[in-house]
Amino acid sequence: MGTVRLRGFGWRHAGRRAWAVRGVDLDVERGERVLLLGASGAGKSTLLAALAGLLPTDSGEQEGTVEIDGVDPRKDRERVGIVFQDPQTQLVMARCGDDVAFGLENRGVPAGEIWPRVDAALRRVGFPYHRDRPTAALSGGEQQRLALAGALALHPGLLLLDEPTANLDPVGAELVRDAVALAVDADTTLVLVEHRVAEALRLVDRVVVLAPGGGVRADGPPGEVFAAHGDELAAEGVWVPGHPVAPRRARTPVGDRLLTADRLGLPPRLATTELTVRAGEALAVLGPNGAGKSTLALLLGGLLRPGTGRLTATAELAGADAATAPHRWRAPALAGRIGSVFQDPEHQFVTGTVSEELALGPRRTGQPEHAVRTTVDGLLHRLRLTRLAGANPYTLSGGEARRLSVATALATAPRLLVCDEPTFGQDRRTWLELVDLFADLRDAGHGVVTVTHDADFVAALADRTLVLERADARR
Amino acid sequence: MSHTDTDRWRTIDIVVASVIAVAFGVIFWAWNLVWTATEGAFAFFPPAQAVIYGIWLVPGVLGGLVIRKPGAAFYCEFLAAFVSVLLGSQWGVVAILQGAFQGVGAELGFAAFRYRSYRLPAAMLSATLAGLAAAVFDQIRYYAALDLLTARLPIFVLTVLSATVLAGVGGLLLTRALAGTGVLDRFPAGRDRALV
Amino acid sequence: MFGGEPVAAPDAPLARRNPVAKLAAAMVFSVVLLATLDPVAPAIAIAVELAVLPLFGVRYRVLARRALPLLAAAAGVLVTLVLFAADRSGRTLLAAGPVLVTSGVLVTALGMVLRLFAVALPGVIVFATTDPTDLADALIQNVKAPARFAIGALAAFRLVPLLAQEWQMIGMARRARGVDAGRNPVAKLRLFGSTGFALLVGAIRRGTRLAVAMDARGFDAGGPRTVARRQRFTVADGLLVAGALVVAAGSLAVSVAVGTFRPLIG
Ligand SMILES: Nc1ncnc2c1ncn2[C@@H]1O[C@H](COP(=O)(O)OP(=O)(O)OP(=O)(O)O)[C@@H](O)[C@H]1O
Ligand SMILES: Nc1ncnc2c1ncn2[C@@H]1O[C@H](COP(=O)(O)OP(=O)(O)OP(=O)(O)O)[C@@H](O)[C@H]1O
Ligand SMILES: [Mg+2]
Ligand SMILES: [Mg+2]
Repeated sequence: MGTVRLRGFGWRHAGRRAWAVRGVDLDVERGERVLLLGASGAGKSTLLAALAGLLPTDSGEQEGTVEIDGVDPRKDRERVGIVFQDPQTQLVMARCGDDVAFGLENRGVPAGEIWPRVDAALRRVGFPYHRDRPTAALSGGEQQRLALAGALALHPGLLLLDEPTANLDPVGAELVRDAVALAVDADTTLVLVEHRVAEALRLVDRVVVLAPGGGVRADGPPGEVFAAHGDELAAEGVWVPGHPVAPRRARTPVGDRLLTADRLGLPPRLATTELTVRAGEALAVLGPNGAGKSTLALLLGGLLRPGTGRLTATAELAGADAATAPHRWRAPALAGRIGSVFQDPEHQFVTGTVSEELALGPRRTGQPEHAVRTTVDGLLHRLRLTRLAGANPYTLSGGEARRLSVATALATAPRLLVCDEPTFGQDRRTWLELVDLFADLRDAGHGVVTVTHDADFVAALADRTLVLERADARR
Repeated sequence: MSHTDTDRWRTIDIVVASVIAVAFGVIFWAWNLVWTATEGAFAFFPPAQAVIYGIWLVPGVLGGLVIRKPGAAFYCEFLAAFVSVLLGSQWGVVAILQGAFQGVGAELGFAAFRYRSYRLPAAMLSATLAGLAAAVFDQIRYYAALDLLTARLPIFVLTVLSATVLAGVGGLLLTRALAGTGVLDRFPAGRDRALV
Repeated sequence: MFGGEPVAAPDAPLARRNPVAKLAAAMVFSVVLLATLDPVAPAIAIAVELAVLPLFGVRYRVLARRALPLLAAAAGVLVTLVLFAADRSGRTLLAAGPVLVTSGVLVTALGMVLRLFAVALPGVIVFATTDPTDLADALIQNVKAPARFAIGALAAFRLVPLLAQEWQMIGMARRARGVDAGRNPVAKLRLFGSTGFALLVGAIRRGTRLAVAMDARGFDAGGPRTVARRQRFTVADGLLVAGALVVAAGSLAVSVAVGTFRPLIG
């Protein structure tokens, strides 16, 4: 069970001219553990969906063949279990146990066997709660583990994981990786997509690199592949281990204060926090899942009303508006001063195409049309989105969506930039570009606040860090 | 293509129809409160309140236009009513029956076109029939004690008209607007968009 | 309330009954009561409903809170009837222009208001004591509702609490990009409308992804489905439905006996 055979496989999503993935020949034998790599937009998620039989014929055009154990996975999904990047959309039921049982019921597993298998799957991923717990009451990492249990309960011959640790704090990510390591046995084939190679290496014995233009770029044991192609792959955007990135230290001294948070809080999401944000400084906010980092980011962005304490802007940032709190500013004024990048890029999109999305902010802040066009074209180019200018933001790959959301915040050239997880799901090339972009902004006298779980990013850019703790840890 | 390949419902048909219905169930729930709150505004002539009645019939028409399968209009209208009762409705569980009744009306409109046409005439017929079903139900359920000429007749006529306009024309416009956003790409209603 | 979670003690004797039985009982009870326009039958029904409330584990305070919109609805019924009642028999109490209030009008109005409460309360009680998952399970197992549709509806229903969060998110996303309505009421209304539309779009998008996730776990496999949670329809459940019928019919009988019965049609 669990052998994969791709012959000249290609897929083009409906509504797109370019092929998402093309010309892939690949054989994976039973029990192999494969790390699938490739630059952002290379088609990794699309390929996983194909292996799971989840590319319906009415949603695009296929070339070549996909076979799992000799059959089209669309016809027989019994053998495949998949965990997507976003756990939110893959939980089906209201209670944890029911959610794991869902797949077993669908496959007609006898009623008497269901609950023992559910409990076993929950144990295998180290799920800490009773199966009656509401799925709505789980943190991101717990949801991710539950989704994994839902896939494992089916005893899949082929397990597919698409960036299963994105958005998890380092501890949570390690737990999920441990769960995967425990769960896969000699009978389970594993295909894992993960940008951060170093952490994932212990789970796999083979890497396959997709080439952006189509086909397979490299294939083999990790050591060999990285030894033979390491430099080129790194240049193309793969996070090759042992290719460190140079830090970008501040070139200019720290400037004036922009924002001051005085006992700022929003119970129960965020406990009181003291904070100063300065021009010409990159501040990183760290902390475990659920510590309130995103809440803090929204407060600093003037988008949420503080529950306790005060947030004050200086005249340097807000001019005459400095007397009022940011959450009371008119929206166009706010957009010109503070740019926000949301944790979930899709939460940020409000228009139908990539270029409209970029033009919205500048138009609302009153830029003339030709200036808007220049801004939009410049950002499209810099973040390599030109090809996608007419695409719907919601059809972008994970990394593309993240780049667009960063670009939209930059479009109004705000003095202060507040970014929530700007680097998750990014290939190495985009990552470096983002670091450069933020560093340039900082050196030009902007303030940069980033919420992040990404230790490399902190090491490369941050001048100062603030660590939040979970409110319940302090009590 | 105006018709999907088979009449079997795909999972996405079921879930999206359910999502539309649930969303409208919440809107119904809110609309119940709005209806109650505007009762004062319409006190000079309560039958005129029937003008805003059509909102209650939108999910049937919308579901039919988006899913394009037999049963879709009925399912959406019925489930929306069910959900609004689940969330708490002043009309009681009988509103579920009413939803079923209206759903049958909405369904007949599409059936009359043999599930082949999903343009304005079908949308308006579906809405009108749903409105008729609703109006008949209400006459018995709520307005039995009212005067025929000054109250029951105007309520009846306005309900049907409101349904035709708000649910029929409104439902079609809403479907087009949804298709424009790209969320209906996997439905016949959302096809034929430009390549990028 | 948006969670759809029960707010009642789950182990109360009647709350534990099969969800379908509770729904059927409420339905039977309400429909039978609709047959009359008089105040006596619904008054008896309300008395019975309030009396059995503790058996459902619902506290009176919770019921009162949930039934609050009913008061406003009752006021509406009253106004409509005073202006448009068909039956203007009896003693004239007030005559001012088109408004003619007679004792007949008042009796009808009282009947309609009581009926509103009598019919609405069973729904409130049933859904306050029923978990949506159990309801879907029971619909599938006890009345053979199509499983794919019941489960699909249940999965969609789980999105309800997320809609409120989503609404807030959309507002923040727009504000961050310089979109707000300021003090202009027309702009406010337009922004409200477009936020609502964005919410619907987002819900449908979630729905399409949820469908994919469900397919990934074999939802469309087409083979026979098993059930993990058994729902049984027992004798006690049957008795609950029968009891509802008996009580409703009994209150009609009383109203016939005391001579107040006014059939809905005729
Ligand atoms: N539903 C869709 N409709 C249209 N185009 C899509 C859709 N999903 C993905 N694409 C496009 O297909 C290409 C490959 O996307 P895919 O998500 O497979 O990339 P990826 O390798 O997973 O990238 P990332 O590392 O950024 O997640 C991208 O250019 C993307 O814009
Ligand atoms: N809209 C909301 N309403 C109520 N509670 C919320 C809301 N958003 C988040 N929370 C809760 O507030 C706490 C802090 O959430 P927040 O998203 O700020 O955490 P975070 O530090 O960003 O976590 P992560 O690293 O997982 O992104 C969490 O317990 C979360 O469940
Ligand atoms: Mg991807
Ligand atoms: Mg966060």
